[in-house]
This record gives sequence, structure tokens and C-alpha cells, in this order.
Amino acid sequence: MSSDFSALIAEREVLVLAGTGGVGKTTSAAVIAIEAAMQGRRVALVTIDPAKRLADALGLESLTNTPSRIALPAETTGEVWALMLDTKSTFDALIHRYSANTDQASRILDNSFYANISNALSGTQEYMAMEKLYELTADGDYDLVVVDTPPSRNALAFLDSPNMLSRLLDHWLYKALMAPTRSLLKASQLLLRQLSKIVGSDVVEDVVAFFQAFEGMEEGFKQRSQQVQRLLASDACGFVLVASARHDTVVEAVFLANQLADNDLGVAAVVMNRLQPDFVRLNRRPRAPEFEPFLQAHDELHALADREAIHIDALLDQVHGNPVVVRVPLLSSDVHDLDGMTELRTKMFSK
Amino acid sequence: MDPDEYFDRTRMILVAGKGGVGKTVLSACLARLAARTGRSTLLVEIDGRSAFGPLFGVENIGYDEVRLAAANGGSGEIRGRTITPDVALVEWLDDHGLKRVSKRLVKTGAVDVISTATPGIKDLLVLGKIKQLVHESDVDVVIVDAPAAGHAMSFLRAPAMLAKMAKTGPIHAQATAVLEMLGDASQCEVMLVTLPEETPVNELIDTAFQLEDDVGIQLAPVVVNGLYPIIEGLDVDLTKLAEQGTIKTNLGKQKMDELTAAGDFRQKRTDLQSSQAARLAQMLPLEQLTLPYIFDADIGLAQIDQLADALAAGIAQLTLEAT
Repeated sequence: MSSDFSALIAEREVLVLAGTGGVGKTTSAAVIAIEAAMQGRRVALVTIDPAKRLADALGLESLTNTPSRIALPAETTGEVWALMLDTKSTFDALIHRYSANTDQASRILDNSFYANISNALSGTQEYMAMEKLYELTADGDYDLVVVDTPPSRNALAFLDSPNMLSRLLDHWLYKALMAPTRSLLKASQLLLRQLSKIVGSDVVEDVVAFFQAFEGMEEGFKQRSQQVQRLLASDACGFVLVASARHDTVVEAVFLANQLADNDLGVAAVVMNRLQPDFVRLNRRPRAPEFEPFLQAHDELHALADREAIHIDALLDQVHGNPVVVRVPLLSSDVHDLDGMTELRTKMFSK
Repeated sequence: MDPDEYFDRTRMILVAGKGGVGKTVLSACLARLAARTGRSTLLVEIDGRSAFGPLFGVENIGYDEVRLAAANGGSGEIRGRTITPDVALVEWLDDHGLKRVSKRLVKTGAVDVISTATPGIKDLLVLGKIKQLVHESDVDVVIVDAPAAGHAMSFLRAPAMLAKMAKTGPIHAQATAVLEMLGDASQCEVMLVTLPEETPVNELIDTAFQLEDDVGIQLAPVVVNGLYPIIEGLDVDLTKLAEQGTIKTNLGKQKMDELTAAGDFRQKRTDLQSSQAARLAQMLPLEQLTLPYIFDADIGLAQIDQLADALAAGIAQLTLEAT
């Protein structure tokens, strides 16, 4: 099973990891990147997690928007270049790319509605992650791009994110402001007056100014979105679902798998992470009191492993498309450095 | 301090933490505990799938309140509801004399433009709705299962941001009122929860300091969830004792190894947990409450009650001042 996972990593050009919080998604992304590097591939690792967990996991002080090389054992034939997505500067770069001139770019970059979109708008982070993914893939500098994602509750935003800005630009208000017919203009001005009363006229003026500054750039943005969508749907791209064997994380993982299916995307692999080690059952129970604490520990871990098996079956029952299934045991220590990841890698890819 | 005194301190407890650390379980525990003191309790979820429903055996929890547990003898009623940001926004518009407009704003999609133009407006209006519940609802205690960690910060920062952005008008008024509630310990506090593991502990510490610095909200004791109960006697070298003939074993070598490996694994995870809890205590000057790991069953109402017992025992040990 696990060797199939190794093969999957050897052949894909893009791997997107998805799963709920606390299942070890970021660490798995890093371990997958390292495995690919061990195979001799040049890998870019993108994390968009705001908690900077990848930095934590890789023992790095900080990550930036440009990939920096991770120190790996000398015998590694490939390379891992990691970055922490900087949403705003990725968006800024996109504005520069599609603006007709620097004047148009700075009118947008200085606008406070733009600042809101590029910083705080939910979905922007996912959208920019896809943009970064596309940028890294299009450059051709890397054999594989591994992307970490925010928790699965945002899955829809993540899959739909390339369309987000197009939708905003398709908005009738935008059209009314750009190509005003008399009746549209009248309606929009009435609405803008009402909006001003609620959120203040400054806010409304910023929105109008942003839409006006954006004129002529929509087409470029839409095309870019379509390119990203095509990449996600291509055979070069694989989605990896990461889950732990608990009822709540399984529910979230199934939810995510369904979102992918709704978008005609399949699950290439399921990583069942942090599983309790399953110790061999005992046929006899020694009587000496010294055994008692060990028997208790053994019984407890068994009860856990049994419950986990039920949750794993439930998940695999509901994920279609015959994904590679990888089972990774919980280690006796937390993984937050390279040694820990090396140990985890041997578990994840054990033959 | 007994739980009765604890729930006298504040009207609303906002439970926050990284995803997967047990926010929902803790919220349910707090509700059961408050109910035991005879208080009526409202459990509030923000958007998302309903996690309380399955716990309390209620099919679906929506925007309207539903009863999760009836008052029974000395124990109070527990009710539940969700607050959906979009509905909160429309409701707020209706309440502010914009009923006619609100329908059009939704229909034309202008609501999306409003919320994009003023990030945090939905967060503010959700908090505004919670404030309204705290003030107007007839329940004694409100427990809020807050959005996951990263989002919890932007959620609680929204009022200050909007108070600054909108200098006058209804949004400003709403933001000011919510800020007043957040700054008043008798009205609300945040209870942060974590697992005793490296990353969630780090995130909890960051969140705690940010909440104190940026929001000025009262921090309740922190909750360390999923602590393995300590098993004494796992430091014994069973194999050696058996070889020496000190103890008798009817297990073969392989089974002996499995047994000691299980004990060893359990002990290492327990040590790791203790060291993380100790690190948390050292880096964050807040008292700790602990919840034990449940090995033998998935979390249901029986387990919630078992955890509520542990929570009550922990609260009894707190040295917090009653208000």
C-alpha cells in the first residue's frame, strides 16, 4: 500500500493536502516533500496555515513568500524549498502583472477596499494559495509542488477561490458603475446612498474607486483563474486527504471528499494519521501485581485501536475512486524537528 | 471555589482554541455543569455544522433556540442555537429600520459587497447578536463555542477595528457597545482550551497574549484537554524481573515485548503531556483546569458528564477571586 504512495509522489507534479485542524496535515505535507526529495525530485512546499505550523515543524524561525531551501541530510539527492504564503504580497504581484501601467497598479494598491480584500477577505488566502501554486508550477523550476491548506471547513472556499474575484467583478454593481445605463445608474446610486448610511460614505467611495481602478484587468484575472482550475483538474494534480481516526475528523474528511467530488475532483490518497499503535493481543494475563499497570495500558490502547478501526472503515467506505490508503501510527513523541520527520517518513513510506 | 461561585462571576463564557482540541466538548461540559447548579444555559454555535446536536441527541440546531435538556429537579434547562453571520446581518438591518432595504440588499447580492467592503462586519454583528442574547435572554449563562483559533482572533478584534473605521453611525454604535461587553469581566470571559501537545500549546499562548493585548478580554483558567491519567508502576522493568524469577509470567517473549512496549508508549506519551502542561503553566500565568482522556468510548452525553465531574473537581481547586 505505502509503496503505492511513494509511486504517487514520484509521478505527480502537484499534491494538495486537505483535512481538518489538528490531524497533522502540515507535518504530513513536509514529510511528503522530503520523501520526494529523497527520490531525487526538486520540491516546492507551500503552507498557507496562519499558525505558521510548518515553520514550527521544520524548526524554522520564519518562512517568507519566496521559497527557501530546507537543510536535509547530505545523502538527499533532491531538494525541498519551503515558503509560508504571504497573501498580500502575492495579491500585489498579481495586480502588478495585470495592470496596464504603474499608475493603475498604485491606484488599486493604495485603495482601502483593496487592502481589505487582500488582507482579510475570507477566501483570499485560499485564492492566493492557488495563485502561488500556479506560479510555482508555471515557472517550471520544480518537479513537484506540495500545498498545505487551511482546515476543511473552508474547503469550498478553497476549491471555489479562483472564481471569487471573477464573481465580484461580474457583480451588477460593478457593471453599473463601469458601463452605466441610465436606469442601472439610478438604481445603483440609490443603493449606494443607502449603503453609505449603514457603513459610512468613506467605505462606499473606496468601493467605487476600487471598481473604477480595476477597469480593463478583469479579463486577465479571469483567464488566470481558468488556468488554475485546469491545473487542479489535470492528471498532474492529486488531492491527499489527511484525517485522524476520530468521529469528528472523519465527518470533516467525508465532507471534504464530497466537496471534491462535487467539483469532479478525486481523492488520490487518504493518510490516516496519528493512529494508536496496535499491540499484539494477549491470550493469557499474568497474575503478578507488577503486570497490572502494563495490562491496563495495553487494554486502553487496544480499546482505542478498536474504536479507530471503526472510524477508518467509515471514512474509507465513503471516499470513492479507490485512493491509496496510508496508515501512520502516533509516535511516542511529538514531531517538530527533522529527526521526528525522518521517523515519521519511515512510518509513512514503510514497505 | 465551587461551580456555583464560578458561574456567578460572569454571564457569558466564550470557549476558544485551535481546531480539534475539544472546544465543543468543553462547551457542552460547561453547560452541563452550569445546569447542575440549577442555572439555565444557552449553548451558542457560530455557523458551521452543528456539533451539539449529535451530543445531545437533537437532530438539528438552527437559528432558533431548541431545548437540548429539560430542567429536572435541581438542574437547569439547556438550550442551544446557532448564529449564522448572514442571518445576523439581515436581522441587524431589520432592527435598524432598514427592513425594506435589507431584502433588496440580499436579493441583489449587495450584502456580499458590504461584507467585503467592511471586513469584520459579520463578526461584529454575530458578537452584537451574542450581546443581545446575554442582555435580553432569560437564561442565566451563555456558553459560546467560538470559531477555531486563527479565526477567533479576527473574530474578537473586529469590533475595535470597526469602531475605528466607522467614526459615526449605527456600525460605530454597535462596535462600541460590543467593545464595552468584551471589556467587562462580569459580562464575559474567554476560556481557552488546548491539547497537551507542542503546537496547540504554542498557539494557545500566542492567542492568550493577543487577546489580552488587543481585545482586553478577561481570560478564564486555561483548559488542558485529553490528559492521559497517570498509571503508576510503568517504570518497572518487567522483562528483567521475569528473567530474575522475581515475578512469574505465562507470556512468551514476543507477548512480553508487546506488553512492555505498550507500557513504554503509554508512559512516554504521558510524560510528554505533563511536560507540555508544565511548559504552558510556566509561560502563561493562568490557572489550569484539566480534562482526562477518555479511552473506552467516543464522546457522548455520558462522557460529557464524566468530564464535567473532572471540571468541577478542578474548579474546586481554583484560587480565583469570586466577584
